[in-house]
Amino acid sequence: MKFVAVTSCPTGIAHTYMAAEALEQAAADSGDEMHVETQGSAGSDPLDPQIIADADAVIFAADVEVRDRERFAGKPLVQSGVKRAIGGAAEMLNEARAAAAAGPPAGGAAPAGAAAGGGLATKVDSGAGFGTRLRGWLMTGVSYVIPFVAAGGLLIALSFALGGYEIVNAPKVTDQFDWGSLQSWAALMFQIGGIAFGFLVPILAGFIAFAMGDRPALVPGIVGGFIAVQVKAGFIGGLIAGLLAGAVVLGIRKIKVPRSVAGIMPVVVIPLVSTLIVGILMFVVLGPPLAALAAGLTNWLNGLSGANKVILGIILGLMMGFDMGGPVNKTAYSFAALGLAAATPASFEIMAAVMAAGMTPPLGLALASVLRKNLFTHVERENGKAAWVLGASFITEGAIPFAAGDPLRVIPSLMAGSAVTGGLSMAFGCTSRAPHGGIFVVPLIGNPFLYLLAILIGTVVTAFLVITLKSFHRTPEEAADEIPATEAAAAI
Amino acid sequence: MSEVITADLVDLDLKAADRQSASRQLAERLVAAGRVTDIEGFLADIAKRESQMPTGLEGGIGIPHCRSAHVAEPSLAFGRASEGVDFGAPDGPADIIFLIAAPEGGDASHMKILASLARRLIRAQFKERLRSVQDPAEAAEFIRSEVS
Repeated sequence: MKFVAVTSCPTGIAHTYMAAEALEQAAADSGDEMHVETQGSAGSDPLDPQIIADADAVIFAADVEVRDRERFAGKPLVQSGVKRAIGGAAEMLNEARAAAAAGPPAGGAAPAGAAAGGGLATKVDSGAGFGTRLRGWLMTGVSYVIPFVAAGGLLIALSFALGGYEIVNAPKVTDQFDWGSLQSWAALMFQIGGIAFGFLVPILAGFIAFAMGDRPALVPGIVGGFIAVQVKAGFIGGLIAGLLAGAVVLGIRKIKVPRSVAGIMPVVVIPLVSTLIVGILMFVVLGPPLAALAAGLTNWLNGLSGANKVILGIILGLMMGFDMGGPVNKTAYSFAALGLAAATPASFEIMAAVMAAGMTPPLGLALASVLRKNLFTHVERENGKAAWVLGASFITEGAIPFAAGDPLRVIPSLMAGSAVTGGLSMAFGCTSRAPHGGIFVVPLIGNPFLYLLAILIGTVVTAFLVITLKSFHRTPEEAADEIPATEAAAAI
Repeated sequence: MSEVITADLVDLDLKAADRQSASRQLAERLVAAGRVTDIEGFLADIAKRESQMPTGLEGGIGIPHCRSAHVAEPSLAFGRASEGVDFGAPDGPADIIFLIAAPEGGDASHMKILASLARRLIRAQFKERLRSVQDPAEAAEFIRSEVS
């Protein structure tokens, strides 16, 4: 097997090199290939990126933070202090072999991801420009928050289905719980879901900060996010808290410290100082204006009626259709899903509109590929079958294989269909308390029949436009045949 | 640039009750050779490093080391303690002791020498030879040939 390793120690004189030697010898003994980067005082020669790419697993034997660890993103990783590698190199090699067999860490699939802290991934490409990195930071936060939205939101939706909307006023399950009572179970689900929802903003802020400043930034991020909730600064407050925490940590990292202190910086000093700074700023400086902003936004959304509401639905629909699960789509989705925490009628309408608008792109394309087979390649027609299911499940990514092959015709069609559906859903006053689930949560939706109608109309609009645009001058043979169906399966 | 180790920096019959004493005896040799300018300051730096995590390693090795402003040039002092000195290794006392003195901000070529010593310490033959070597000049010569 091929391994790469990084060794480092506080003084950078002895253990770094001993560990490197021990690992190399252990690999030589077992007939494996091993390349070690010694991050010590004799200067370190960075490993060739190709060697890293070829490696089956990565070993960190380090007492101080590994420099540029994002280079090892997504690789199976074994890590320990530097001394362990000196005495137990062979053992670590076995662990690395096991890690390689177990495959890459969870979340490591993100292509530009950076594994840190045992495989937590970020979606940040460190070489990119500021705008791209900012997007990466925000998307990292969103990607970690979505499971919370799903768990909390679906539990709450289920509790309404079981217990009716009065479940909101049910007594605390700690005070009263009856194993045989459906109402008690509904109340339990509602309250568990509510607790999961309470984490939305702190987790969002925490992982935005994490994407920027790695593990030490998690604490100021989560704490700052929680303060944002406390001061009623909401989702926007959380975004700001996360970015602020990340920036503070990056700033502290710039301060040169003696090597002897470097070891405790990420564990003690950075979390302590950054949390204090972020806490002060969030409570007394940024908190009040952000709270006023959040209150204004909520009032504005609640005050929207008639035409304005429809326009909001159309805009969100355009966003949902634009990049099919990309940043714009996720921005609209986050806006809706995180808004659910407010539990206002307006937030439920927005959620319904966004979900409907996210379903029509794959559905519309699936319909088009059935109606006019000759306009689509064989591969696209196969994708069309999957697209029915993906669209119905509110997995907008199902449209990607079609859009990738012919973006200029497909994307405008998707946006138009989604805009129509988003606007109609708002106009019909459909509401959704569930953040996800597509067709499967329709029974939980307010005005379900009109909701299905809105989705149907958007689907037809998209299909009609795609067929019309493709009919102009295009034969399926020109199309990119090789877009694999698996891309469609990229879940949100 | 002078050699990192010479015969006068080798003590093949080191007798020390504890690691502080062992470090001090070897440091005195560095002072005598003009390689360490302030023994108390240097030993304080050594103790500071030692307090972060003991430098004893499995296989009878102790490597007290530091970067210090009181070091004039990168230097090694080698002590062989047949009775052993505890350097906090899990498997018992150390009989091969290297005091490694690195100047603050030493240049890379010197540091490479120290790095290659560290690498040699992992090799069984290197340790065997150090345990069997008969006189200080031979030991210094052997270490120099291995690390440069």
